[in-house]
Amino acid sequence: MIEVQMLTKSFGPVEAVRGVSFEVSRGEVVGFLGPNGAGKTTTMRMLVGYIPPSSGTARLAGYDVARDSLEVRRRVGYLPENAPLYNDMMVDDFLATIAGIRQIDRARRRSRIDATIQECGLEKVLKKDIGELSRGYRQRVGLAAALLHEPDVMILDEPTSGLDPNQITEIRALIRQIGREKTILLSTHILPEVSATCGRVLIINDGQIVASGTPDELTARVGGGDAVVVAVRAPRDEVRRRIGARPGVRDVRILGEENGVTRASIASAGDAHGAEGALAEDVFRCAVEAGWVVSELRTERASLEEVFRSLTVGEREAVS
Amino acid sequence: MTNILTIFRKELRSYWNSPVAYIFATVFLALISWLFFENFFLEGQANLRGFFGILPLAFVLFVPAVTMRLWAEEKKLGTIELLMTLPLRDHEVVLGKFLAAFAFLSMTVLLSFPLPAIVALLGHPDPGPIVGGYVGALLMGAAFLAIGIFVSNLTSNQIVALVLSFLIAILLLLVDSGAVLSKAPAFLAPAVEFLGVRTHFESIERGVIDSRDLLYFLSVTGFFLYLNVRTIESRKWA
Repeated sequence: MIEVQMLTKSFGPVEAVRGVSFEVSRGEVVGFLGPNGAGKTTTMRMLVGYIPPSSGTARLAGYDVARDSLEVRRRVGYLPENAPLYNDMMVDDFLATIAGIRQIDRARRRSRIDATIQECGLEKVLKKDIGELSRGYRQRVGLAAALLHEPDVMILDEPTSGLDPNQITEIRALIRQIGREKTILLSTHILPEVSATCGRVLIINDGQIVASGTPDELTARVGGGDAVVVAVRAPRDEVRRRIGARPGVRDVRILGEENGVTRASIASAGDAHGAEGALAEDVFRCAVEAGWVVSELRTERASLEEVFRSLTVGEREAVS
Repeated sequence: MTNILTIFRKELRSYWNSPVAYIFATVFLALISWLFFENFFLEGQANLRGFFGILPLAFVLFVPAVTMRLWAEEKKLGTIELLMTLPLRDHEVVLGKFLAAFAFLSMTVLLSFPLPAIVALLGHPDPGPIVGGYVGALLMGAAFLAIGIFVSNLTSNQIVALVLSFLIAILLLLVDSGAVLSKAPAFLAPAVEFLGVRTHFESIERGVIDSRDLLYFLSVTGFFLYLNVRTIESRKWA
């Protein structure tokens, strides 16, 4: 549905997007993840034909975004960042106007608008001026406008930014529901969003794609996955020395020492501890041999946060 | 065509929804009626010369206020991104906006109908110049609107749009005034005179609709609308 090849965009001397390539197939929900200013919005704007690429190509539903902009715009539903809307219009007037521009068949128009209103939960605000709506409702009106013509592809730029936790949950549920039928590319810099809504993640940093894969795949790529947190009654130096000497332990990070109890986070060296919990067992055995009292022992899954940080703070070697 | 109509309706509605539009229309009508009646009873002639005489200057002040928000507001609020990613051709948006502004201006101008009505009650005015005056007013209005919309597309600040289109309009109004014509080199004088709005408007207002005057207003309108479309396209020059 979306094919992007070596897309670049420069604004004068600034290269906002530098050779981005990726594909999104029909029915996928893909998260476009990156820190602010990484080039997410610029890339999305090129995909919907709002700004032209400096070089490279992008095709949506088979149409080139630069050459067949109008065809692309007919087929895509786009929610721009911050959901800009006509504040002086009432919600139902606004949707009717969009339906008119989308040239939805007159006979179906009313039923299509009603269905979208229901899908986005806008029944209560139909006769309100858009300018009076809360952030969450604005976002839903924006989504409704993007959904109205039943596009195959949806491009959503930070659909949950600026919302409160309840609104975020609602919008995510809505996106998941839409994603059952449509191809969606959504951008965000909020990590839990990705695990909550997307089947695949593209991480973009500094105008380039630095990683892509399912949330699980990406998590597995950081430090082989698991880490173990342990608290034992022993001096910190001894903990570091004894556990650090075990094969398969890559790193021992002391988290703190209080009343003679040392807490440490232990990173696995990778495949040595293939089985889940193997590292924790090994750490436990080490503590038994040393005669330490264990007051805490748990395995921590590497989170997407770590993947994101290691990829976007410039520590690329952590991945390799 | 449907798209032009949809944009036209959207823009016209936002004129109706805007208190600023009503205020400007009221001030325009009040000011122009007051200036007209101030001299009307002194002169004691049953015609609308006084009204049409001040119309060009009144338009220079009023028309930029009508057009200033058309693009600048879209840019300020970011709705331009919504608008330009809808399947609309650039010229459809420009024409829709222009026609809405033209409709609003026409309605405001036609609301001055009590003036000719009063004049007709008091005497027997010649209808030719009155009809000509209104036709000329609409043509001149169209030209100023096209200028104003074009300028509004250059900025996201409505006040900048207002002042800039005011400056261009007043330049077109003053260029053929006696003060400029007398200083201009003799060979340039006809060209300068052709550029000026007032000569063309006054010639139509006398009740003679000359093709040259028609051509002048239509080409100024067309030229600035075309520039507007090109400016939008320039966004796509990578």
